[in-house]
Amino acid sequence: MPNIGIKRSLLFKELGQKYTDKEFDQLCFDFGIELDDIEPIPESNGEDVEYKIDIPANRYDILCLEGLSRALKIFLQKGELPKFTLSNQKLIRMKILPNTQRIRPIVVGAVLRNITFNADSYNSFIKLQDKLHQNLCRNRTLVAIGTHDLDTIKPPFIYDAREPKQIKFRSLNQQKEMQADEMLEFYSKDSHLKRYVSIIQESDVYPVIYDSNNVVLSLPPIINGDHSKMSVNTKNVFIECTAVDLHKANVVLNIMLTMFAQYCSKPFEIEPVEVEQVDGTVTVYPNLDDRVENVSVKKINKRIGIEVDAKTAATLLTRMSLRTKVIDPDTLRIEIPVTRADILHFCDIAEDCAVAYGFNNIHKTVPKTVCIGNQFELNRVSDLIRHSVAEAGFIEALTFTLCSCADVAEKFGKTIESIPAVHIGNPKTQDFQIGRTTLLPGLLKTIANNQGTALPIQLFEVSDVILKDLTRETGSRNERRLCAVFYNKTPGFETIHGLLDRIMTLVKVSYNENKSGNQGYYLNNQCEDTAFFPGRHAQVIANGGNIGIIGVLHPNVIEQFGLKLPCSILEINIEPFV
Amino acid sequence: MNNQKENTASACSSTTQKPTSSSLQTDILSYLSTHDELNTWTYANEHKIDHQLVIGTIRSIQSIGDIIKIEQHTNRSIAPSDEGKLLLQNGSYEYNLFQAIPADKGIEQPELMKFPNATIGFAKAMSSGWLQVDKSSKPAIVKRKVENVHDEVQNLLKRIQSLELQDASVKEVVELKKRKLVEDVIVNYFIVTKSSEFSTNIAKGEAELTAEMLQTGSWKTLNFKQYNFNAKGMMPSHGCLHPLLKVRTEYRQIFLEMGFTEMPTNNYVENSFWNFDALFTPQKHPARDVQDTFFLSDPAVTTTFPEDYLEKIKKVHSTGAFGSIGYQYEWAREEAQKNVFRTHTTAVSTRMLYKLAQEKIFKPVKYFSIDKVFRNENLDATHLAEFHQIEGLVADYNLTLGDLIGILYEFFRKLGMTKLRFKPAYNPYTEPSMEIFSYHEGLQRWIEVGNSGMFRPEMLLPMGFSEDISVIAWGLSLERPTMILYGIDNIRDLIGPKVDLEMCRQNPICRVIPAKIEE
Repeated sequence: MPNIGIKRSLLFKELGQKYTDKEFDQLCFDFGIELDDIEPIPESNGEDVEYKIDIPANRYDILCLEGLSRALKIFLQKGELPKFTLSNQKLIRMKILPNTQRIRPIVVGAVLRNITFNADSYNSFIKLQDKLHQNLCRNRTLVAIGTHDLDTIKPPFIYDAREPKQIKFRSLNQQKEMQADEMLEFYSKDSHLKRYVSIIQESDVYPVIYDSNNVVLSLPPIINGDHSKMSVNTKNVFIECTAVDLHKANVVLNIMLTMFAQYCSKPFEIEPVEVEQVDGTVTVYPNLDDRVENVSVKKINKRIGIEVDAKTAATLLTRMSLRTKVIDPDTLRIEIPVTRADILHFCDIAEDCAVAYGFNNIHKTVPKTVCIGNQFELNRVSDLIRHSVAEAGFIEALTFTLCSCADVAEKFGKTIESIPAVHIGNPKTQDFQIGRTTLLPGLLKTIANNQGTALPIQLFEVSDVILKDLTRETGSRNERRLCAVFYNKTPGFETIHGLLDRIMTLVKVSYNENKSGNQGYYLNNQCEDTAFFPGRHAQVIANGGNIGIIGVLHPNVIEQFGLKLPCSILEINIEPFV
Repeated sequence: MNNQKENTASACSSTTQKPTSSSLQTDILSYLSTHDELNTWTYANEHKIDHQLVIGTIRSIQSIGDIIKIEQHTNRSIAPSDEGKLLLQNGSYEYNLFQAIPADKGIEQPELMKFPNATIGFAKAMSSGWLQVDKSSKPAIVKRKVENVHDEVQNLLKRIQSLELQDASVKEVVELKKRKLVEDVIVNYFIVTKSSEFSTNIAKGEAELTAEMLQTGSWKTLNFKQYNFNAKGMMPSHGCLHPLLKVRTEYRQIFLEMGFTEMPTNNYVENSFWNFDALFTPQKHPARDVQDTFFLSDPAVTTTFPEDYLEKIKKVHSTGAFGSIGYQYEWAREEAQKNVFRTHTTAVSTRMLYKLAQEKIFKPVKYFSIDKVFRNENLDATHLAEFHQIEGLVADYNLTLGDLIGILYEFFRKLGMTKLRFKPAYNPYTEPSMEIFSYHEGLQRWIEVGNSGMFRPEMLLPMGFSEDISVIAWGLSLERPTMILYGIDNIRDLIGPKVDLEMCRQNPICRVIPAKIEE
């Protein structure tokens, strides 16, 4: 969720009203944003503070003071949604050359004429670009914004992609010219820009925008040229957005324009730019047309659970920056402004109506849905077994599902290749490389952290392991296991063995003395496992299937887990007993 | 302080009598019957009994019943040092030296100095004016100057030993301390007084009722020792369930009481299609970033999907469908194929709803689950890479946001929370979306307790549901309310190998107590 910082004094000036922090917090709550923090502004000598506000991730139109105060004013019925217009003079042209299609095929742009910034609004202009870059633009991978002082450059502009060695210019705030490949090397050490370098670095051509004098405007999505650098005194702003996603490029451009056109000499008038595509067709940007939807009042009422008439609904929606007209008692005509790119469906409109109505004013009803509850049988059986094992004197542990390769392999004298584990491709730490294939490491680690506890330590866990299984849709499956360990000065195998006998009694599987056939349970010691003391372990066979293992751990395993005493364990699959 | 010595027992090394415990018991009780109180330290010294023996006897009297009251005291005192004790037995060096000199003719000085500790003894005897040295003969002769002497040092030590002299500031005592014959000690002793059931005639009584006594009937005439009800009992050997899972049981029970059916959530690995795409989460959504989600390298992808459904999902994302304009981007099958550790149990809800939508006749359902989900988070005191998500949903005709609010009040009332408020929020697959806040009386503030919403038509309609069916759902984590319930600050104290097993053993029965129904 994006978090923006706004000076309280500027916000209240825009809203034409002062609020206590508590009142403003309530306003935020009702509107669906969150006053997350209040930070002092030291320079203001305690006069002013900065509000840190959490903005929902789909509301790009309220990521700056201009947009937020506009939306709140409309919500409070103190203002109206502005009409955005396009000027009709000869348009600046931007031509896309074919090479760009290999790397970053899209560019859109527009101009803000005769704008007057002050320090605060200019700062807001810079900060909004940052916020958009971080969120909607997905760290500039999808869209990158370049803003330029139009008076320093000469249209028409060329959007090209060239070999790095053919591009040479002085980038923003740098003293000397660099070749594009050197430049990327240079910025790969820059704490702020290094994360963008990889977007184009491996490409044989880099995107670049020139003016008709061959001046470089920008090397998207990395850096602008110093030549067209903007300042608080810039009067005419050229905005270009290069992108791999046209829809998002348009949203970004529209947001930049609609937020800051209020500072133009003709407020909210925007000068379009025509873009000549590779195939020669010409597209004019931006498209600021409202999207018009007719919606049924009855449907809104039905979804939200309220009873409002068309007029009230229209007022409510208008407060949410959706210009609404009543067509007939059940039909509203809604003009969705370009700023509200978050409105995708009727349900978004219905929600806005509910927000303006106030979630906390909605009459609560309990659904009449009648159902009979049921447990998931595997969970029911697990719970019954958990209780039984605890009754037998064992303490329940709750350990992590994710673990390292070593936890299931090397520490037991095995190789990871021999284990059917699912592997994580992007672990942040070595502790989470795979899904566990056994519950045992978690229990042994728990003992290692509790060695001061009175002996014997008797632990258990009933939980899922994850096994690679290519017969399944995702190539893996969970398996519900019971694992129990006994840790003492002697291995206490008889205790663990007794626990197995107890569990089998409880699940009504009797002992099979013949050690064959598909009935009952028995132990089969004709098996090898490096995790165990030689000759002191066996497979647990129940109803003809191998359901797990029982035995005394190998001293190497004890040592690998940082333990000091002998330990016997049982681990079985309990799914056959469901 | 450095020459002080903790001394409760051995201060009285000159114990001469060794009374049996029972005779001492009688002695002490008869002493108490004629005295208001008994000081164990004084008593031990007066009767020349080991102090510890006195204390032990007092304790055993106490264990019989409410016969005596005892009160512990600490006192600083002085006592002979180890060297002092030797002098106490054998006399002082100077006295012994004096006695070694023949009364008439004296003794040659070199001969005298061969006696043990003669140097100190000689110096002290000289300064006391007991001796004279005749230096006219060679070697010099030491003679008695007085006829008879008293061994003052031994005398003093005796008085200190018997506690007659306890004042460390007396000049003679200071002198002895300088000679390291006396040292400071801390004495722990008891003042014993009579209690309500005091009697000089107490039978020790039988400790336990035995099978033999029952058979012979001897229990009828025997006296039984009183039990000490002030001591703790012996803890029965026991296992226990994990504190977090005890809370899980309570929540599970609440859903079952409300008529919800548990979903099968035993599939931690899910593919992106069911985890994200089917939930109308765009493919470039931050939640699908490698920073936030665990992607699998092996098995990396899922290849089989319900293809009709997948086509609808593709359409609703890329060009829009079902009344939605969609996200307008190129939807990629490859992205949907990627396997992940599921980031929410809603992936399971989605599968369950899809299954429900395939039924010929729609039957309303109430589903719930409580199980693990995974996030590629940076770990801290409140975040783990895996946690339990609690989820509930209702699918029925014409459910409203008011229904969602209503059922949330019912659910949270079961958790003991009645003051709720709802904040508009954003979530890719619900609209409207509401964050749930509850007023916490203990913390005196509103805390976020969960998320909720109505599933989007872009999620439900591709499944095949008709438009008049809506699904309301909510979710919360199990860990957060549990941490608040138990007052735990660090989640690693609750989950994982660092849990304190003793904490698990001591953890009480878990009762999530519902609030009363408001009339």
